[in-house]
Amino acid sequence: MTRKLAWDDKLASRLIEERKSQAGALLPILHALQDAFGYVDRAAIAPIAEALNISKAEVHGVVTFYHDFRDAPAGGRVLKICRAESCQSMGCEALVEHLRDAHGLKVDRRDGVGPLKVETVYCLGNCALSPAAMLDGQPIGRLTAAKLDAIADEARA
Amino acid sequence: MSVKIYVPGDSAALSVGADAVAEAIQREARKRRLDVAIVRNGSRGLFWLEPLVEVETAEGRFAYGPIEAGEIASLFDARFLSGRAHPKAQGRIEDHPYLKSQQRLLFARCGIIDPLSLDEYRAHGGLKGLERALASGSKTIIEDVIASGLRGRGGAGFPAGIKWRTVAATSADQKYIVCNADEGDSGTFADRMIMEGDPFVLIEGMTIAALAVGATKGFVYIRSEYPHAFAKFDAALAVARQGGLLGRSVLGSSHAFDIETRLGAGAYICGEETSLLDSLEGKRGQVRFKPPLPAVSGLFGKPTVVNNVLTLASTPWILAHGARTYADYGMGRSRGTQAFQLAGNVKRGGLVELAFGATIRSLIKDFGGGTATGRKIRAVQVGGPLGAYFPDSLLDTPLDYEAMLAAKGMLGHGGIVVFDDSVDLSRQARFAFEFCAYESCGKCTPCRIGSVRGAETIDKIIAGKDSEKNIALVRDLCTVMTDGSLCALGGLTALPVISALDHFSEDFAPRPSRIAAE
Repeated sequence: MTRKLAWDDKLASRLIEERKSQAGALLPILHALQDAFGYVDRAAIAPIAEALNISKAEVHGVVTFYHDFRDAPAGGRVLKICRAESCQSMGCEALVEHLRDAHGLKVDRRDGVGPLKVETVYCLGNCALSPAAMLDGQPIGRLTAAKLDAIADEARA
Repeated sequence: MSVKIYVPGDSAALSVGADAVAEAIQREARKRRLDVAIVRNGSRGLFWLEPLVEVETAEGRFAYGPIEAGEIASLFDARFLSGRAHPKAQGRIEDHPYLKSQQRLLFARCGIIDPLSLDEYRAHGGLKGLERALASGSKTIIEDVIASGLRGRGGAGFPAGIKWRTVAATSADQKYIVCNADEGDSGTFADRMIMEGDPFVLIEGMTIAALAVGATKGFVYIRSEYPHAFAKFDAALAVARQGGLLGRSVLGSSHAFDIETRLGAGAYICGEETSLLDSLEGKRGQVRFKPPLPAVSGLFGKPTVVNNVLTLASTPWILAHGARTYADYGMGRSRGTQAFQLAGNVKRGGLVELAFGATIRSLIKDFGGGTATGRKIRAVQVGGPLGAYFPDSLLDTPLDYEAMLAAKGMLGHGGIVVFDDSVDLSRQARFAFEFCAYESCGKCTPCRIGSVRGAETIDKIIAGKDSEKNIALVRDLCTVMTDGSLCALGGLTALPVISALDHFSEDFAPRPSRIAAE
């Protein structure tokens, strides 16, 4: 399990400072923040804009453009489940339904923080072993309902 | 002397327990007081056999797969260290028909060497292309790449050498090589395999491109869904700098070149080259108007080569073996080999590198062995989410750029996704629009609005509302999106939709009978 720190303005400033002189620094900065805290807090927008000499609107525009960046902590573990064509052909939608019916886990829900957050992803590049998923960055191939049960139970434990 | 055992560190192998297998082998060997050295190689691309364990013997490398950690003791009992029989034994891996009937040029080393050993890379033919490039100079490199017929493997199929020539001819104080490793198409994993299994070939290819056009800096834009590829490639860059392959003096020459990795952030559109450039610059990944071409005004406004991983990684072979030898493979205007990727509902999914011109059927039957579910094949999507769905009657279409276009499809990045007869093509057509809406950068109206309207209209068709009228509307919408979109996302979404309508019209018929049948 990847433990994330609580938001910390000082640490955030340091992460921004360390990267601001790179060419095209904004994405590396946002990734560093999300790596450390699990999300990009709104409080980071102004200092990033200041450091890169761009408007707050531009920073906000970039943060919200990319699917990766969360605006709130994920809470527990994050399971990304692939729902692209290759995984569709091997029944990923039935697995999504299984998560909902057997574990009450809805994909991409934005409210509430639970022990396991399930997010849609379109392709993990593991299409010969579909259905595919990724749990906190660790790839899972040949995904089954039984494997999902184990993941959900472990996250709750 | 210790026995060499290979357990892939490729993320597909990891996804089915390769780490646990490697640990179990280490543990069991210690228990039995046997001296083994475990190498974490890339994958051979025989994914249905992963984790595929190989043992090096005097008679060659013997393979066992798919192996679970719980089977390790039985492997030792069967004396697998001498390549002996076991229920999971696959024999000498080089003799495996899946590999033996391929033409592996680009993937010649993938799954064979330790991906982070520059010595092994060199021992298996690496760096010969770069050495030739250093000796022959820019003009000859570009002539060779043009003569090889190499076309962009990302999907667009633009001649690589022509792009390089434009960048070389544009004068500027700074030029860039940008590698597009934003491999977002469902059904594709070849770029990932190269970055994880033979990263130096990409570094070598980018360096050759740099010499050809006069660039000193390169970026590799890797999608965030590939954390292992990112880490492996970064580690390879450090080894390459240490080994004098990158830095102020490339292999002791007067040329300077270095590469930096950058992580994408989950936007499919950043696989489009101009979106990728904007993303690298720290902006929203929105598509740029062309002209100017990136070759003239690309990253930070400088002349930039933007090529896919496989395009760049093909150039070392071309330089080392000669443009003519490369061009001898293939058909028509598609020269060389293509890394086909067999995926989805297929028994033996994996990487199949073959000369252009193989048929879809031969790939999914001869290599793939039919569906994983054992049911009848109903549709095959070629070329990712923007590729056409082919019915059985079109499976004899040869896989080359022009033949695929003629069949109203596209080759794309070479992904082939198989569906059995449980597929509902009206759902797949809806998904094509939905995906386009989800991933649209929003810059042009046909893509941004058209995709949403398309999904809504297909919903009406599925619900049986004014079918005929709405199908006509979808076709009309597809024409607008094809003709009016700024880039391939909006421009090619029509391919899966129209192919579904043309070849599987029964799935769009008014529903009552089908609902009753379900």
